[in-house]
Amino acid sequence: MSDLTRQSAATLASAIARKEVSSEEVTRAHLDRIAQVDERVHAFLHVDPESSIARAREVDQQLAKGELSSPLAGVPIALKDLLATKGVPTTCGSRILEGWRPPYNATIVDKLSAAGVVSLGKTNMDEFAMGSSTEHSGYGPTHNPWDLERIPGGSGGGSAAAVASFESPMAIGTDTGGSIRQPAALTGTVGVKPTYGGVSRYGIVALASSLDQAGPCARDVMDTALLHAVIGGHDPRDSTSINKPVPDVVAAALNADVRGMKIGVIKQLKGEGFQAGVLERFNQSIEILTELGAEVIEVSCPHFEYALGAYYLILPSEASSNLARFDGMRFGIREDDGKDRSVEEVMSATREKGFGAEVKRRIMLGTYALSSGYYDAYYGQAQRIRTLITRDFAAAFSHVDVLVSPTAPTTAFKIGEKLDDPLAMYLNDIATIPVNLAGNCAMSLPIGRAPEDGLPVGLQIIAPPMADHLLYQVGSALETALADRWGGLLISEAPTL
Amino acid sequence: MTQGGIDAEQVKHLGKLARLELSPEEVADYTLQLEQILGAITLISAVAADHIPPTSHPIPMENVYREDIAVRGLEINDFASGAPSFEDDRFRVPRILGEPG
Repeated sequence: MSDLTRQSAATLASAIARKEVSSEEVTRAHLDRIAQVDERVHAFLHVDPESSIARAREVDQQLAKGELSSPLAGVPIALKDLLATKGVPTTCGSRILEGWRPPYNATIVDKLSAAGVVSLGKTNMDEFAMGSSTEHSGYGPTHNPWDLERIPGGSGGGSAAAVASFESPMAIGTDTGGSIRQPAALTGTVGVKPTYGGVSRYGIVALASSLDQAGPCARDVMDTALLHAVIGGHDPRDSTSINKPVPDVVAAALNADVRGMKIGVIKQLKGEGFQAGVLERFNQSIEILTELGAEVIEVSCPHFEYALGAYYLILPSEASSNLARFDGMRFGIREDDGKDRSVEEVMSATREKGFGAEVKRRIMLGTYALSSGYYDAYYGQAQRIRTLITRDFAAAFSHVDVLVSPTAPTTAFKIGEKLDDPLAMYLNDIATIPVNLAGNCAMSLPIGRAPEDGLPVGLQIIAPPMADHLLYQVGSALETALADRWGGLLISEAPTL
Repeated sequence: MTQGGIDAEQVKHLGKLARLELSPEEVADYTLQLEQILGAITLISAVAADHIPPTSHPIPMENVYREDIAVRGLEINDFASGAPSFEDDRFRVPRILGEPG
């Protein structure tokens, strides 16, 4: 098999299953690629080649004995660094957790391990997943493989860049307001935020518990589906986990057919603030979906314009509470000058030193929104907006099967360009946030390059809760039609680095 | 909601509540930025009437029960290795009461 790093996860898995190549060889090829390009991309925060190879050998032995029959057995993966991995450094992109090794695995990590998937390492991210560019990492930014001077999106920029730079065939991300989908859009990869409760949150360091959802990142729809099927499903250790079977996303990815489907274009997410080339590619995709036999209609979601405001009250409120546990007492660093300071002084000094600017900003915003006298006006009101947005979705889904919009308003911007303007940064997630507020599922699919800068553009497909299969059905149909036009996937046009 | 704005004293107070030992430069920056951010998001205040029920969670939350069966938990050493200070099977913390001794 030619260059192992250029293959899809599905291709690698079947070659490994047929013993044409070993998991060890595949894993080594990706570790070599990481050694070759990651100094420039900086997708990874932690790589341990020896343990990855040792694990790949184990999987090869299990496969030889016929003990593994998972559809992804032997394939390597990259894990966002806020998944707890037993004995393996887990920093969440924060200096406050530098050196911490969790005593247990996230459920996702256990599921991947049981399926014979081999971890290559932990990926870079905005600190505690707060950001849209990966510039807020405490360990330096990740670079977009399409243009190393640009951001890869965030917060899961490391996972998306690892996949886009062929350092890993697939990755796990988490999505609180767009952290899987927006990096996928900006790197020409596929990313899915499953239905809230569809994938266990146990062992995922919490940002905003009512919004956080882990999901798959890969270079094509089928790989994303295969990974979704492995990590999805009920987990008794997560009280918000939905106790129903995961929709058959793999069958849906094989059923690339939109004939007779009703697709709604969200009126509020295709106008002001969206880059011309993004809209051009988006409109072209809509035409293709129509040619493929879908009925496309415009739908209005009037409360979406308030989603960003509601989100930037709900998220900081939940985050300021969740991040209270990082106090320098039980894990991570402690800033103590030994001068008999009180526990509160040491906590304040530790948090001041360990947290970066964006995390502090959001903790303060959340503390303010939850404080006495402001609670009703801010947090309470944001929760009512959340209800109105959920109703907008319900009304839209009474007319259409899925909704579509551009995933992000712009293509990847330059590193540093928006770092000092929090509000401009927050606008990156304007199209992805409503989905998290309502708990729906959504996919970002590459749909071409913007004419003005040649950078990837993503289309977002949104489906109702527990209808994740529709994302894969529509995504697969559009992906196939686009690949026919281009003679391959968009990602094959990315620089070789 | 009143457009009260936010001043440096409030930011210092928030820093105290949030256990963040902010530098004077940070107090100045955050005063400006929180003011900007709150200004941009207060438009939501007029949208939802009081009769709209609040949503705290996207799915109905109910208590989850399991059988009361003892299972082996983590070992003390699992916690010790990740702690900044650990002694005699306990987390060692700075003084929590009173004046410097």
